[in-house]
Amino acid sequence: MSAPASVADAFPHNPLGLSVELGLDRPIRLDCGIEMPSVTVAYQTYGRLNAEASNAILICHALTGDHYVADPHPLTGKPGWWLDLVGPGKLLDTDRYFLVCSNVLGGCMGTTGPMDTNPATGKPWGQGFPVITIGDMVQVQARLLDHLGIDQLFCAIGGSMGGMQVLEWCASYPQRVFAAVPIATAARHSAQNIAFNEVGRQAIIADPDWKNGEYQLHDTRPRRGLAVARMAAHITYLSEPALHRKFGRNLQGDRDAFSYGFGADFQVESYLRHQGSTFVDRFDANSYLYITRAMDYFDLAAEHGGVLANAFRGTKTRFCVASISSDWLFPTPESRAVVHALNAVAANVSFVEIQSDKGHDAFLLDEPEFHATLGGFLEGAARHRGLPRKG
Amino acid sequence: MMSLVNGTLRVDLKLIADMVEPGSRVLDVGCGDGTLLSWLGENKDVDGRGIELSMAGVSAAVAQGLSVIQGDADTDLKDYPAGAFDTVILSQTLQATRAPKDVLANMLRIGRRAIVSFPNFGHWRVRGGLAIGGRMPVTDTLTYEWYDTPNIHFCTIRDFLELCRSLGIHIDTGIALDRDGAVLPMAGAGWLANIFAAQGLFVLSRKG
Repeated sequence: MSAPASVADAFPHNPLGLSVELGLDRPIRLDCGIEMPSVTVAYQTYGRLNAEASNAILICHALTGDHYVADPHPLTGKPGWWLDLVGPGKLLDTDRYFLVCSNVLGGCMGTTGPMDTNPATGKPWGQGFPVITIGDMVQVQARLLDHLGIDQLFCAIGGSMGGMQVLEWCASYPQRVFAAVPIATAARHSAQNIAFNEVGRQAIIADPDWKNGEYQLHDTRPRRGLAVARMAAHITYLSEPALHRKFGRNLQGDRDAFSYGFGADFQVESYLRHQGSTFVDRFDANSYLYITRAMDYFDLAAEHGGVLANAFRGTKTRFCVASISSDWLFPTPESRAVVHALNAVAANVSFVEIQSDKGHDAFLLDEPEFHATLGGFLEGAARHRGLPRKG
Repeated sequence: MMSLVNGTLRVDLKLIADMVEPGSRVLDVGCGDGTLLSWLGENKDVDGRGIELSMAGVSAAVAQGLSVIQGDADTDLKDYPAGAFDTVILSQTLQATRAPKDVLANMLRIGRRAIVSFPNFGHWRVRGGLAIGGRMPVTDTLTYEWYDTPNIHFCTIRDFLELCRSLGIHIDTGIALDRDGAVLPMAGAGWLANIFAAQGLFVLSRKG
């Protein structure tokens, strides 16, 4: 692979993103055994790939994220989900690094997923879409890097499910990752997290509009089920103190007493309903089923003889593991387990627990301490990689 | 305690730094903001790792590009494989560990050598503070009041020598330091040092 900077230069930045069909030369074999004849990958890039192709950073997005990292979302118009970190002079400095983020396999923002047409039937994949894994998502990302002419990433970074992908990258393609930043994540999905995912999936499946996953053929969508799934999940991304600070037991603006009914009396109810109803406008219910399933199946130790350290044996990657003190979805002990496994193979690892009461989603937010640590780590890694110092 | 003054290492850290072999692999347990690791990396080409309890310390260290994990000697040493490091350093931290004996044993399992420094509870000021003043001692090396000290396992230099003997640990070098970090003689069983040294500094290795 020696495709030089010209590949990146061939794609001027388009705020709507880029797209490529992969697997035409050799099919993509999924963990479930099924071979995909081809996969379309929607992705976005920022900055320029240097001549040595040594300055690429792969950003891995979370469950309901996408590749609109620093561009307005085409459906909602909201700013990019990691605009705090990505841009000229920012931590993920687009003046120095070539950033790549792709919509995951199974997604609904342009990469092949259950919403798309199954070439074999001419109908939407729906429930006929193969069950995918975090490993499958990463395999497709690796194909994308082949296409872009990137042999080795300078860094793979991501939070939550994105962090799972980062860990999978380090285990499956260790020589292709110089530095790795798994944030607020785990090497396996816990029983509690599987349980929350199952609540969300059952909410979708119980919606009569789901129609065994064939809702597109009936020109409908399981909006209520997906909204409830999002509401339940959204609670797990926050924390009790954060919810209390934001809403307390406050009633909605125009109310000064209970309605003695089941309308949204409390501000927190109204907030969750809003989260649910806006989510369904930008996300596909079947994608939600498939991607949550991929998270449930993730267990890096099980893939390596039951010993997590085996996943990282011989690794040369420099790791910066970060957790958030108030995260109860991916609590700090999950990150510590990763750190202990890395220590057991004498890997080069830094670990910090970010003090924040904002819960899991704090990794998306402006947390100065986290940014200082991450900035230092990237600077150190860039020095070791021989990348030019910050200008 | 300031660990770096005008770019110069604190006296006891400088003594430790002098004992580290150039180009070696070093684990600094309780590395603070990474001052020693950073100095060793720049001046002795050391491949260093650190463990630090405080988030402020970890952030400062990682922000300098050092590889440091948030953790402590009691819980995090057991995961490292045997022989992973040439030297494991524990500077002014032994007295704050829950199980100093296990910590020492682990240090010499994962490192070929260990360098340990600790405040000497046998120092005459400590003895005097307790014997004459009747109060728990607060000195230059023991700066905390009894109710807020992280130090839970004090020992004297002679206690330490005895523990090493019982664990079959070989003492390569023993140095006694006075309040200002100046080196005092450490002869025989360390009786004099045990009275006049504010801190002890030892290089340890496995016997045989």
